[in-house]
Amino acid sequence: MSSTLHTPAQHASATKGAKERDTYLTADYGWKSWLFTVDHKRIAVLYLISIMVFFLIGGTFALLMRAELMTAKGDLFEAETYNKLFTMHGVVMIFFFLIPSIPAVLGNFLVPIMIGTKDLAFPKINLLSWYIYLVGGGATLYVAITGGLDTGWTFYAPYSSTYANTNVAAAAIAVFITGFSSILTGLNFIVTIHKMRAPGMTWFRMPLFLWAQYATSLIMILGTPVLAITVMLLALERTFHIGIFDPALGGDPVLFQHLFWFYSHPAVYIMILPGMGVISEIVACFSRKRMFGYHFIAFSSLAIAIFGFVVWGHHMFVSGQSAYAGFVFSFLTMLVAIPSAVKVFNWIATLYKGQVSLETPMLYALGFIGLFTIGGVTGLFLAVMGLDRHVHDTYFVVAHFHYVMVGGMVMAFMGGMHFWWSKMFGRKYPEAMGQFAAVVIFVGFNFTFFPQFILGYMGMPRRYHQYNDEFTALNVLSSAGATILGTGFLMTIVYFLWSLKWGQKAPQNQWDAKGLEWEKAQSPPPTFNFEDGERIVVTEDAYAYTYEESHTGSGHEVKK
Amino acid sequence: MWKDLPLYPEQASTIAQPVDLLYFFLIAVSAFFALVISVLIVIFASKYRKSRPDAKSAHIEGSTLLEVIWTVIPLGLTMVMFAWGTILFFDQARMPADALEFTVTGKQWMWKVQHPTGQREINDLHVPIGKPCRLTMTSEDVIHSYYIPAFRTKQDVVAGRYSELWFEASKLGTYDIYCAEYCGTEHSKMVGKVTVMTQQDYEMWLSGAVANETPVQAGERLFTAMRCITCHNSTSTARGPDLTGQFGKDVRLASGASVNFDAEYVRESILNPAAKTVEGFQAGLMPTYQGQLKEEDILSLIAYLKTLGADKSAQGAAAK
Amino acid sequence: MSDHAHSTTGLVHHFDDIEQQHEAGTLGMWAFLITEVLFFGGLFGAYAVYRSAYPEAFMRASSHLDVDLGGVNTIVLICSSLTMALSVYAAQKGSKRGIIMGLLGTMFFGAIFLGVKVIEYKDKWDHHLVPGDNFIFEGNPGGPEQLYFALYFAMTGVHAFHMIVGMVIICWMIKKAHRGDFTPGHHPLVENFGLYWHFVDIVWIFLFPLLYLIGAHSGSHT
Ligand code: HEA
Ligand code: HEA
Ligand code: HEC
Ligand code: CUA
Ligand SMILES: [Cu+2]
Repeated sequence: MSSTLHTPAQHASATKGAKERDTYLTADYGWKSWLFTVDHKRIAVLYLISIMVFFLIGGTFALLMRAELMTAKGDLFEAETYNKLFTMHGVVMIFFFLIPSIPAVLGNFLVPIMIGTKDLAFPKINLLSWYIYLVGGGATLYVAITGGLDTGWTFYAPYSSTYANTNVAAAAIAVFITGFSSILTGLNFIVTIHKMRAPGMTWFRMPLFLWAQYATSLIMILGTPVLAITVMLLALERTFHIGIFDPALGGDPVLFQHLFWFYSHPAVYIMILPGMGVISEIVACFSRKRMFGYHFIAFSSLAIAIFGFVVWGHHMFVSGQSAYAGFVFSFLTMLVAIPSAVKVFNWIATLYKGQVSLETPMLYALGFIGLFTIGGVTGLFLAVMGLDRHVHDTYFVVAHFHYVMVGGMVMAFMGGMHFWWSKMFGRKYPEAMGQFAAVVIFVGFNFTFFPQFILGYMGMPRRYHQYNDEFTALNVLSSAGATILGTGFLMTIVYFLWSLKWGQKAPQNQWDAKGLEWEKAQSPPPTFNFEDGERIVVTEDAYAYTYEESHTGSGHEVKK
Repeated sequence: MWKDLPLYPEQASTIAQPVDLLYFFLIAVSAFFALVISVLIVIFASKYRKSRPDAKSAHIEGSTLLEVIWTVIPLGLTMVMFAWGTILFFDQARMPADALEFTVTGKQWMWKVQHPTGQREINDLHVPIGKPCRLTMTSEDVIHSYYIPAFRTKQDVVAGRYSELWFEASKLGTYDIYCAEYCGTEHSKMVGKVTVMTQQDYEMWLSGAVANETPVQAGERLFTAMRCITCHNSTSTARGPDLTGQFGKDVRLASGASVNFDAEYVRESILNPAAKTVEGFQAGLMPTYQGQLKEEDILSLIAYLKTLGADKSAQGAAAK
Repeated sequence: MSDHAHSTTGLVHHFDDIEQQHEAGTLGMWAFLITEVLFFGGLFGAYAVYRSAYPEAFMRASSHLDVDLGGVNTIVLICSSLTMALSVYAAQKGSKRGIIMGLLGTMFFGAIFLGVKVIEYKDKWDHHLVPGDNFIFEGNPGGPEQLYFALYFAMTGVHAFHMIVGMVIICWMIKKAHRGDFTPGHHPLVENFGLYWHFVDIVWIFLFPLLYLIGAHSGSHT
């Protein structure tokens, strides 16, 4: 333990009393100890606070949009304001909330603990990535305040490069900067998982959450640089008018779309894989059962990550790319859907003959399975070229991606936060409130986004500030749903904050779960995660829940 | 309220019904899986509800057989969707030979349409029923997308390129046209109506609307007015290649490569002649017409070049 | 990668042993280089698209580059890779002097390379070949030739930026080497930086033919 980083925590821990143990939260006080921390758990908390700020900002934009869409006429805002609202909503939600949500908060907190080590491989780089994120986020807020951005989150050229009157270059730079924070996080996770697993923690003993994080990190380091270069070219084009995306100078605006989706399609898997990892943990714990088909779930994450890189053209079936390119992309998209299906079926099989209990995290997990399935299969509608010609750029697409992103990833994030809340902060959230809010969110969500499938098929285009009268009823329904949904989120935030001070003190293993973070680390863990000097040695597979002997050996159930 | 909510927009083109059929197939598959999944969740969550705090679960690690089953069945289903959707899409991507040729120019924030007979309209479109109509489209500025939900069809309209779209209207009436690709402030006002009329009504409408020159006539006029004809004619002293009967053929370039003489190539040759040099001709001789010809003019020139050689009399007129 | 080399033993608190720490550092470097490959990959992709769309324009535009200067720079960079390799070798042998000499050599060649780039950029500027509103190519504005130059500046610019960053790190490393931070058993910083520098060189090995050597150079310099 000879360390050069003499954090006060270490001195303190040497003299600590037997009862009042030091946790990473109390190891040190003062804002400096937070802003200059290299402890992955503190960085996770910093990330948590920052992404919640962005979630509320993005959510507020969403509510303003839904308010405008209550009536067919564009009467609440100017068209331009509306366009800025959905653009900022998309940019903030995707780059500053959803992409960092599970990886940078739960991943940061849990990856080292789950593999039985003290920290990520590069703690300072971890802190750096948070600062980079803040700079990028700050730049985005700057853009939001000084006139906003109205290009859509997709930044399509030549509108963004030549015609838009808003500060596109600054926004592009903000996204460029933020990209590096996600690259660094991914890099850190990959090295940590490769090199720092505790003795005995073999690859196939890792919790599935880690497999998901690993696959996500691969996408982060392989995809994000391409986005970086793309927005850099966009900023150059915008500032110096170099012609790269300008058809008048021989440039090709469709090339921009290819480059953009080369990152942004894989990015949607950055936005779902970590969530799938969380769901695996929750389902296993609340069924008190080994994961069904562990290897299949683990490898399907990798398959999604890899195949995810070759399907980007499905966003461009009607963009003027050749029909043959569309043919290939459509086909590959079908293939990438299969590993997701495999996961869904394995989760459900895990419930079979388990000991299922329905605490809040499990409610979110089961909600996830249903909503993600709907979101996923509607993705297939879009991947079928003959249909996409009709529903492309309509509310059908909007409904699809909210089902996977909000119904999927946000539900997983909520489930994960409830699951590990006591581990992170040592207090329990109020269970009854949790279950109630989960139901409110589930209901509100479906009211908000299900009508949008119908709207989309009826032909209502997306990014429309005003629309035809016949679409009014469904839009009102959707806006009403958004209010319920928002109330649900608000409730959750309130009781989480409340529990920090007044919540019941949590034991080390609130859920009686398996996994190093529950079995070996206190709640909240000390600065170096485990008891001083304890070298973690892993001897069991993940999810080694005790089982009823009588059930072994019956039929094909125990194979593999 | 629900009674009045239709599940799909009106089916007003020949492909609307096939598309809806595919849609229903996908809904059926999705509903099936959603149902199976939610029913299983409910059954398992209640049947295997934790009984005692210390109750233990069964020991099951997985089943390769099941994994194979639930990989292969979805795979099979997606392949059906894929094949079906692709066939439909290719039907729409292949342009019919005998279609009425419209040109469409998108511009922030309006659609400019020209009929084969020369009539122009803005935002709206009038078409006869039961006749394939083919739209050759380009944009003057950003990307737009021409979308007619009742026809189940849309196609992006990109500056610097020509995209094509065809449909055959099958039901009289008036339907919405939207711009589906976000194009700036008034994107949601870049809308119009398509009116499907009987052949007679369409002809009546055409005679009522003031006919300008047809695109071919305009192209022919421009071909002389812009002095193309001084270099492009079939005399032996012509300084430029003869364009007669070239459209759709392959052209050999000085670099040894060859390109198809299509709309995009003509456009490039006019705006940026130096980009590709025809074998046997002097590079840099042809001046650029960048800034002198509008998108619509170029569309007209293309329309004219298409007829050159296809129809001997037009060729004669040009070569004289 | 500043997490290594903190003190004489250099073991940072969260690693079990120095070996694990080195392996982590090296893997981190390789992962980082992969992101770099994709970063440049985006540019190479754009280059491929436009070059196949406008082969002739690219040849014409390319003939405005100075192959001699580019060739000199290629040799200069190869030399710098050599000195970098010598520095790594010295680090393994534990020769402080060797490390510093190697790094100084790398620095020297790097500076020459950048100097030559400045001359080339200046020349493009004087001939209005910098993309933007002042761009004039053989008397004409705009056109696909401008795309070539846009890519030329983006690619060589990003490359030069990497060299500049590398040189800043070299300065810092020289200081550390001088202080005696690199002992024979502990030199991952030098090694990892070596990987980075070789990577930057390899990028140039691709840039040079793609930008300078695409035909049409015969006599068009007049
Ligand atoms: C978390 C984010 C996320 C995820 C996971 C997905 C997952 C998928 N997406 Fe989605 N998508 C987005 C986010 C996401 N998408 C976004 C943001 C956009 C719009 C961007 C914009 O334009 O602004 C978009 C747009 C989009 C399009 C372009 C639409 C258009 O613009 O016209 C397409 C087209 O193919 C598509 C397809 C798919 C498919 C096939 C999957 C698959 O991976 C889904 C796989 C899952 C399942 C299939 C469900 C589980 C399966 C079963 C339970 C078994 C039953 C299944 C079978 C019979 C196979 N998506
Ligand atoms: C992570 C991604 C994410 C998330 C979480 C959301 C969340 C929501 N989105 Fe999202 N959305 C996108 C990503 C996301 N969206 C993207 C990428 C686009 C495309 C943008 C583009 O076209 O460029 C889009 C576009 C989009 C549109 C289409 C706009 C258009 O095309 O014209 C709509 C319309 O309804 C919408 C609505 C909502 C709603 C109601 C929520 C809700 O889930 C939000 C719920 C959250 C809150 C409500 C905030 C929390 C609570 C409070 C602030 C307290 C106060 C509230 C109350 C008391 C009610 N979004
Ligand atoms: C000063 C002479 C000149 C004028 C005027 C001129 N061209 Fe050309 N054009 C050429 C030459 C020479 C070539 C072949 C070399 C090349 O491709 O650049 C050519 C090539 C073309 C091509 C490609 C031909 C092929 O067979 O591949 C097209 C199309 C074309 N011109 C159209 C036009 C149009 C339309 C106009 C008028 C608006 C026009 N040209 C005016 C000289 C001219
Ligand atoms: Cu034109 Cu939207
Ligand atoms: Cu996608």
